[in-house]
Amino acid sequence: MSVTAMLQELLIRKKSAIVDKWVKIFLGYYPAESLKFLASQKDRFANPVGYTISSSAGAIFDELIGDSESSMTEALLKDVVRIRAVQEFSPSQAVRFVFDLKGVIRNEIRKEIDWIDCRDELEVLESRIDNLALIAFDSYMESRERLFRIRIDEVKARSSEAAAENGGVQNDSHVKRNG
Amino acid sequence: MAGPKLKPEELASKIKYSLPPKGWMDQPVEFKEGTFSYSGNPKNIEYMDLPNPRKWQPTDPDWKLPENWKEIILEGLKDRLHRFRSLQIFMDICVRCGACADKCHFFIGSGDPKNMPVMRAELLRAVYRNDFALAGKIFGRFAGARELTLDVVKEWFYYFYQCTQCRRCSVFCPYGIDTAEITLLVRELLSLVGVNIDWIVTPVANSFRTGNHLGIQPHGFKDSIDFAVDELESITGVRVEAPINKKGAEILFITPSADYFGSPHYYTLLGYLALFHEIGLDYTWSTYASEGGNFGSFISHDLMKSLNAKMYAEAKRLGVKWILGGECGHMWRVVHQYMNTLNGPADFLEEPVSPITGTRFENARSTKMVHICEFTADLIKNGKIRLDKGRNDNRRVTFHDSCNPARALGLIEEPRYLIRNSCNYFFEMPENTIREQTFCCGSGAGLGTDENLEMRMRGGLPRANAVKFVKEEHGVNFLGCICAIDKATLPPLMEYWVGGVEVGGVHELVGNALIMNGEKERTTDLRGEPFHIEGNWNAR
Repeated sequence: MSVTAMLQELLIRKKSAIVDKWVKIFLGYYPAESLKFLASQKDRFANPVGYTISSSAGAIFDELIGDSESSMTEALLKDVVRIRAVQEFSPSQAVRFVFDLKGVIRNEIRKEIDWIDCRDELEVLESRIDNLALIAFDSYMESRERLFRIRIDEVKARSSEAAAENGGVQNDSHVKRNG
Repeated sequence: MAGPKLKPEELASKIKYSLPPKGWMDQPVEFKEGTFSYSGNPKNIEYMDLPNPRKWQPTDPDWKLPENWKEIILEGLKDRLHRFRSLQIFMDICVRCGACADKCHFFIGSGDPKNMPVMRAELLRAVYRNDFALAGKIFGRFAGARELTLDVVKEWFYYFYQCTQCRRCSVFCPYGIDTAEITLLVRELLSLVGVNIDWIVTPVANSFRTGNHLGIQPHGFKDSIDFAVDELESITGVRVEAPINKKGAEILFITPSADYFGSPHYYTLLGYLALFHEIGLDYTWSTYASEGGNFGSFISHDLMKSLNAKMYAEAKRLGVKWILGGECGHMWRVVHQYMNTLNGPADFLEEPVSPITGTRFENARSTKMVHICEFTADLIKNGKIRLDKGRNDNRRVTFHDSCNPARALGLIEEPRYLIRNSCNYFFEMPENTIREQTFCCGSGAGLGTDENLEMRMRGGLPRANAVKFVKEEHGVNFLGCICAIDKATLPPLMEYWVGGVEVGGVHELVGNALIMNGEKERTTDLRGEPFHIEGNWNAR
């Protein structure tokens, strides 16, 4: 179900303010001393964290209020969540930014909500945001599971290395080790 | 029931995500699984005669430090300020211009301000001010001074083991402050009270005993090399010789132990063996100088010296003319910046001259040790080997400048020259992520442990981010590098952040392309994979 034309138009008009605030809240979870860098360094290679959220937020928002169903949102969300999944955040903190979007939108269009009478449509929009949160949760778990799998592989490699070392056995599947 | 029931959103709104409004000096470290390495095995600490061997872990409230730990550290700092003029200068000269602040891969990937190099150094500088600088002694905190407490020791351990000594920050420092030196010295101070990590202590003890990180003894070493010779024969049809401990050989070859025991390092070893055979090099392996890596250099000048000594000792024992070094990272920092004064002068060796081309490696006159990329580039330049680039057509290659060869040795063009002469498809990553500005793998200087994986992924994000870019732009599927730690830790980094990118050495690519006399009809590379893959990017 898509967002109705009137609400859609309003959100398109407010896009820049909404996305900016959303990104600001996202970056606000990082320590204050780092905020300036994360928000102002625009080079995507010098600042992958800031760039990923800034470049993804607008595209995710566009798809959210648009009519088309696309998998781009999922890919963009995954990129963002993969970063959060290894940083200093609890699971809820890592995906909370999705829910933050609800508050940002409501705040931005507070005055217009009554005027254009779009409460029902807003509910639709918010349930779409809930869906995004579910995708983010899946992505978070996928990232963490990937991390654990990598760790298990490293431990296994080290065990076979120890076996080789003790027994002088040459293993066909060569083990990983720093040199 | 105590208090009114709150709705979920009301509960959530009470959670505060910002840091407590305290200054940086008042935020003690919290050790969270995945972000630190486990402590050194007491057996190996004892073996190395290092202080305070005991069982402990960073998560323990009591680290079981000696009673006079504070005195030991401060005396240690005083001694080092006296011995190392560089340290004294680094403590006094920083003007906090901030040029380094956003250059550290751990800061970029974590957003933790204490990973700004200036801030990390400040953890030591504040103690220095408190106990060694007049202003700090008088004005205390107002002058940025801070008393050395147990919390400070824990903070040192946490953050100085989040520095990979990659020296990217130093490239941008207008005063040339070498953060790797600061990190090394703080780790040295920590080691004085028995605060070490096992990933360093155990390889150090093994290297001290047998010459290499894994503790492989001579017969095990020979087995590994023999196995590689057999495998190379089955791939190429050519039986090569790999002389071990051969007295009177012209050249001693030293490379990381991972090359003969790790993957994907092993394919680089096959490349070396094929190359040396093809040019008829008179060389030898050594069962004791069986390790290029020097984990001692991560925690102590003395250990670095002890472990490095075997290179010249073996060169002397075997009576070679000079030393050729393999694809290793920090080995080259130790060799280039320290070896001559640590264990030299090696006046029993000769200034290296390539026996194949006659080229004199004047740059290695002092250490008598030549990097294999330089050696092979000279062979290609003089037309001494034949290379079929098409044999790497299953690879779309990018090159990660390993930190130490790039920044400590200045070896930047040679590996690229080798890749361009061995591969048809080579794509550079963006300029601010390569060459002397290269981003670290995030796992160097002893941090490559599985228990530290989450932190490694943070630190490796900037590197992985650039690889992801060239993968998306050019279909890159192979990340070349010339460091054993890179080869061990870039694969998991790629697996987490990028996917579909293999990691390997430059001499693996050279070995793939090398046309050998008497070889059988070749259809696969050194990994046993076909030269051409139908339907891949190259076939489009």
